[in-house]
Amino acid sequence: MSASAPSSGLFDCRDAYVRAVEELAIADDRIVAVVNDSVGSSKLGKFRDRFPHRLVNVGIAEQNMVGIGAGLANGGKIPFVSGASCFLTARAMEQIKVDCAYSNSNVKLCGISSGVAYGELGATHHSIEDVAWLRAIDNLTVIVPSDPWETAAAIKAAAEMDGPVFIRISRMPVPQIARAEGASFAIGKAEVLRVGNDLAIIANGTLLHQAVAAAQDLAAEGISARVVNMATVSPLDAEAIAACAATGAIVTAEEGLASGGLGGAVAELCARHHPVPMRMLGFPGFLPTGSAAWLMDRFGLNANGIAAAARELVGR
Amino acid sequence: MIVAAGQGHPGGDLSATDIVAALYFDILRFDPTAPLAPSRDRFILSKGHCTGALYTALAGAGFFPEADLDTYLQPGSRLNGHPNRTYLPGVETNTGPLGHGLPVGVGIAVAGQIDNADYRVFVLTGDGELQEGSMWEAAMFAGHRGLGNLTVIVDRNRLQQGARTEDTNSLEPLGGKWASFGWQVVEVDGHDHAALLAAFDDACAPRNQPRVIIANTIKGKGVSFMENQAGWHHGVPNPEQYQQALAELEAEIHA
Repeated sequence: MSASAPSSGLFDCRDAYVRAVEELAIADDRIVAVVNDSVGSSKLGKFRDRFPHRLVNVGIAEQNMVGIGAGLANGGKIPFVSGASCFLTARAMEQIKVDCAYSNSNVKLCGISSGVAYGELGATHHSIEDVAWLRAIDNLTVIVPSDPWETAAAIKAAAEMDGPVFIRISRMPVPQIARAEGASFAIGKAEVLRVGNDLAIIANGTLLHQAVAAAQDLAAEGISARVVNMATVSPLDAEAIAACAATGAIVTAEEGLASGGLGGAVAELCARHHPVPMRMLGFPGFLPTGSAAWLMDRFGLNANGIAAAARELVGR
Repeated sequence: MIVAAGQGHPGGDLSATDIVAALYFDILRFDPTAPLAPSRDRFILSKGHCTGALYTALAGAGFFPEADLDTYLQPGSRLNGHPNRTYLPGVETNTGPLGHGLPVGVGIAVAGQIDNADYRVFVLTGDGELQEGSMWEAAMFAGHRGLGNLTVIVDRNRLQQGARTEDTNSLEPLGGKWASFGWQVVEVDGHDHAALLAAFDDACAPRNQPRVIIANTIKGKGVSFMENQAGWHHGVPNPEQYQQALAELEAEIHA
């Protein structure tokens, strides 16, 4: 599938995810991996060879997989429960709600190949609703990393935290975001990648590098855009959003539904505390078949689409 | 509790009470002052609505004061309608929706298997609950993993909320289903304490196979007007019924 073919300077975040889980497992024998026949798609083959007793493959049974994850946590393990995000979230939603979040179990859920990574396979395999669904569940941390560095950092931060976490692992090739030396990741803390005062662009996941590129294009036209990486969608960094609202306009962009996910979360907070004009970029609903790259372009989820929304918002 | 609260699930509570009592007072190894000790035996009430049976056992076993039972279902009480581990010591996982307890129990048993730990895992399920697909996902995997540290008890009262299980979505041959999933199957009278203890005896348990105890029970056991009545799945006795129920249960205790 074209979206997963690595090209120069682009990375599949599953590689960073699996390396981070392996590093954690070397240092801590409580780390176990739980999969639904997805050793290959989760890239956990090496983990299985290295820690054969710490890879629990439940077969094709997502509800059981998430329940088993909660049970492993009860037994003192730190389970990384990984499966295609479309099945992990939709099929096991009640187990995520009851066994993980409501029971406050120390389970780390990894939604692999999220968004439209499986573009050609159709809407059954698109996972564009996952963030909207999961952020509605209390006591569940939801993280959407943007690149290999942030994916690894989020995996490690999730392991250090006691409580249920969902991490969205992207498969679509992304570049490594340029960051200042010494940059650090913290759950619940947004990252300001660029300062600006005409508007703010809030993005995460595979849209973050597109937001940076859009801000560069806008700067050439004299529009100063603040760019904020909102990797943690729940709990939301309210202070960072207040600073974005202070610019007077906000564009959000995400590889997911235009309603209910990151954009919805930002809009709820702004409507209550600092209403500003907004544009929420995302997918409208069930999508046609097509490669991930084609779908992103078709629905304006790229630098051009973000820049166009920004121009419209600031009236230029 | 149920009379004071004005709601509850007395039918299922009474069918499960002898099983829960045998577990908490003769079988399970735990320290109520250290409810999260890694070595503890685990008990999971997969039929989470039967908190009347669970809470009385937990209080009797010393996890919390018996006086707290008077707060059952009251506003803000930690004695929720369905058990919540973040409220109440001794609860292993939150249940309520059916089909959740066995997968979690299997996960605990897998952790024990990985660690070669001594603790045992017991999951009490309703029979109607076995219509949930997730129970069979878990049963299949427990058989595959040969989880000798896992025991499931089926509260086989043959009634679900609205009707007989066999008229709704029949479970029989129930023992054959579990056996075909790789489980050792034991069938007992779920109200015969000695028979329950014999079924729970580790000496009879297979080492590399999970065990299911099909406990034949009577929904509403011990209260003549509730016994085998689907209508008492949930409900509250009126004052006359309450006095009669107490008198019948007292008489049985002293018989």
